[in-house]
Amino acid sequence: MSSITADLTTQTTKSPRERLARWFFFACAAISIVVTIGIVVVLVLGALKFFRSTGVALGMAPGDTVTLSSYLFEGQWTPGSEPQQFGLLAPLSATVMLMLGSAIIALPLGLAAAIYLSEYASDRMRSVLKPALEILAGVPTVVYGFFALVYITPLLDQLVPLGVGTFNMVSACIVVGIMIIPMVTSISEDAMNAVPDSLRQAGYGLGATKFDVSTSIVVPSAISGIASSYILALSRAIGETMAVAIAAGSQSTVMNPLNPVAYFSPNSPITAQMIQLATGDISAQGAAYHAMFALGLTLFVITLAMNIVSELISSRYREVYR
Amino acid sequence: MTEGHSEPETEPNTTTDTETMTDDADDELKTHTAGFESPPTGETIIEAEDVNVWYDDDRALEDISMAVPEHNVTAIIGPSGCGKSTFLRCINRMNDLIDDARVDGTLRLAGKDVYDADVDPVALRRRVGMVFQKPNPFPKSIYDNVTYGLEMQGIDGDYDAIVEDALREAALWDEVSDQLHESGLELSGGQQQRLCIARAIAPDPEVLLMDEPASALDPVATSQIEDLIADLAEEYTVVIVTHNMQQAARISDKTAVFLTGGKLVEFDDTQKIFENPEHQRVEDYITGKFG
Repeated sequence: MSSITADLTTQTTKSPRERLARWFFFACAAISIVVTIGIVVVLVLGALKFFRSTGVALGMAPGDTVTLSSYLFEGQWTPGSEPQQFGLLAPLSATVMLMLGSAIIALPLGLAAAIYLSEYASDRMRSVLKPALEILAGVPTVVYGFFALVYITPLLDQLVPLGVGTFNMVSACIVVGIMIIPMVTSISEDAMNAVPDSLRQAGYGLGATKFDVSTSIVVPSAISGIASSYILALSRAIGETMAVAIAAGSQSTVMNPLNPVAYFSPNSPITAQMIQLATGDISAQGAAYHAMFALGLTLFVITLAMNIVSELISSRYREVYR
Repeated sequence: MTEGHSEPETEPNTTTDTETMTDDADDELKTHTAGFESPPTGETIIEAEDVNVWYDDDRALEDISMAVPEHNVTAIIGPSGCGKSTFLRCINRMNDLIDDARVDGTLRLAGKDVYDADVDPVALRRRVGMVFQKPNPFPKSIYDNVTYGLEMQGIDGDYDAIVEDALREAALWDEVSDQLHESGLELSGGQQQRLCIARAIAPDPEVLLMDEPASALDPVATSQIEDLIADLAEEYTVVIVTHNMQQAARISDKTAVFLTGGKLVEFDDTQKIFENPEHQRVEDYITGKFG
């Protein structure tokens, strides 16, 4: 009897091993939070030293700082030459161009591919196409950059009457567009698969064709998922660095993203300018060094905002099916 | 001949003469289509001859032959898995959407075999409306739900009037007339199903197929749908699948009993089926000995 009582009261759940395991797993899970907070703190601190109103208080010489208004509203970006100027509008305009240009490629193609996979493809075809898309998503971005530089740009040079330069935004937009197609397709396809089959049946029962059902029932019903796929893919596009840096060069000029001709020129977005700064010969105390943090923070705020918008769209507009 | 409902001597519910019922329906139809040239009432509109359906190697229907008369309610009853929904989906070729389904035999709609090579299933479904088991309104406004079929079929006309007519016919207009542009998903289950009926009849099909349309609804909503079906038969030919025998007895003129194995065991006037079936198995099923 007494041995049974002893067995029943063994406290395995409070044993050191169990407690240790719990803490260890918690610590692993917490790393992502800690690292995120750390990155944000580093970005904010660096950026604070960059701006005059806060930088001087943090011990920076006024000459090594820039006013917030000149950063936000000026268009000359010359960190490496005198006079040093840090006008965000130049790299920001390239970032917007990259976003628009890659959107023109990826959004229609990605959605059309998703419609094919979800509505038209046979199981066999789907089993070939889906892995192919995953491979496309797995190609290292530097390879996309080479692809743009070595194949797309020379091809464009022959197609465009006036030719394009070695570095240009078109080929960068094209490769980044191709790069984000799998993201648009896979998230959109998931959203379309979640549309109940009963709605398709209702459409067919009313004499709709497959095209009608796909475009007037499935796509509108999945619109929240499609919209978030777009936003997530575009935030990936504006965060893309390597392919753009290789394909679009290092110049930084304010351009009108709505002017198609501008895309035939080189320009470098926020990410590519950060590479320039990080790999360039700059002093760790100067404005150019801290500009890197300001750019990083800017990019972080943009992509964070886009992710929040995407979350809002998918939670707010998600249709609830019974 | 009598003049329809108003004649006191015609009491279809109390007479055992099944012919009376049919005559009554005939006359009712004539009153509703006065001045409009229509084929003689009771004429067969859907005629199945030796229809077989296979899903892969499983035979879901075996040699079904039956003739559905125009402007009547024809009920198909039977236990689960007897193929009654499969048969319904043969009529508008919804089975075509299932990859491994195969249909053979002859199934004529107004004399034309719908499985002929030159028949377009999309065109067929424009003449044969369908209402499903679970209410399935589109996540669109009530108005857009009703006009969907019109748009898909390229039907021109005064959409406002068509929407109102269809919703009135579906006995939904009074409840939704002030919220036509709100989502159809906001409605209750019974209202959603009546919206689906309005959506199916808006393009003015010949035949309305209903696949257990009340099975997901509460008793009040069910009786509303049943009342509605009787009215719909004045204008459309209704073929309704139901697992509820009382429902079939209440609303249908003709009843087909499918039993396990995808066989049509008996097809006759509803009253005959429920009062004096030819087959012992049908009687056993109807009296609840199995199923």
